[in-house]
Amino acid sequence: MSRGHDIGGQTGFGPVPLGEDGQPFEHDWEARVYALNGVLRARGLYSVDEFRDAIERIPPQEYLGLSYYERWLRAIETVLVEKDLLAVLETG
Amino acid sequence: MGAGHAEQPAAVRVRHLEERVLAAGLASDGEMDAVLARLYAHASPLNGARIVARAWSDPGYAARLLADGNAAAAELGFDTAHAGSGYRLKAVANTPGAHNMIVCTLCSCYPVSLLGPSPSWYKSLPYRSRAVREPRAVLAEFGLDLPPDTQIVVWDASAENRFLVLPARPAGTDGLAEKELAALVTRNGLIGTAAV
Repeated sequence: MSRGHDIGGQTGFGPVPLGEDGQPFEHDWEARVYALNGVLRARGLYSVDEFRDAIERIPPQEYLGLSYYERWLRAIETVLVEKDLLAVLETG
Repeated sequence: MGAGHAEQPAAVRVRHLEERVLAAGLASDGEMDAVLARLYAHASPLNGARIVARAWSDPGYAARLLADGNAAAAELGFDTAHAGSGYRLKAVANTPGAHNMIVCTLCSCYPVSLLGPSPSWYKSLPYRSRAVREPRAVLAEFGLDLPPDTQIVVWDASAENRFLVLPARPAGTDGLAEKELAALVTRNGLIGTAAV
């Protein structure tokens, strides 16, 4: 079954955003997400496949509306909650 | 506040998540800083450029690189088979008749340690969707206009299989030392969205 992430060959996404070619992170929070994932993975709390699966399970309409590191953030939250490592992160 | 977390700005959600993770002892500030320090210090297209320059200078190395990318990278001190998630590295060589480019249509897989942090466009929906459908048009957007009879070979990466393009050695570089050759190689050349 194709999930929302399987976009190879699809049309309608417009030109390649060539301007976005500088630093690895556009915002500080993106670096924090990258670092969080790196530590949680290194500690063996979840595998790269579990992480990717959590990204790929994001409903297609939502997936397409999220930025790259927003998808990572969503996936980390999903995996930690599903593994009972953190209580539900609902109230801010 | 009671707002669902999905409606909060990402920066706020990240701060909350980080606080929860640190409080639960699942990570520490020091470990997080180390992850970023490693990325900035060791992941660089200069590494891929060294591999390319060695291949240009040493036909024996070029042959080994094309036969086993991981082993050839290891010869220069780059551990791709075991570090992090580990993956099979395949180097693909441009020839007068064929040009290679890499993409990850499913997400963003890419040999970060050899090519440096991936550019935003590599992870973008337009690049991921179009590279496999209309590579020639995509390359033209990068300013790379290939002759109509040049074949374009697109390699779709996965977590387990990642690619590095070995560009053709530019004409007029016969007298250059390996270090000078490496300086000619760009990250986009290693992805295949530039000639070198």
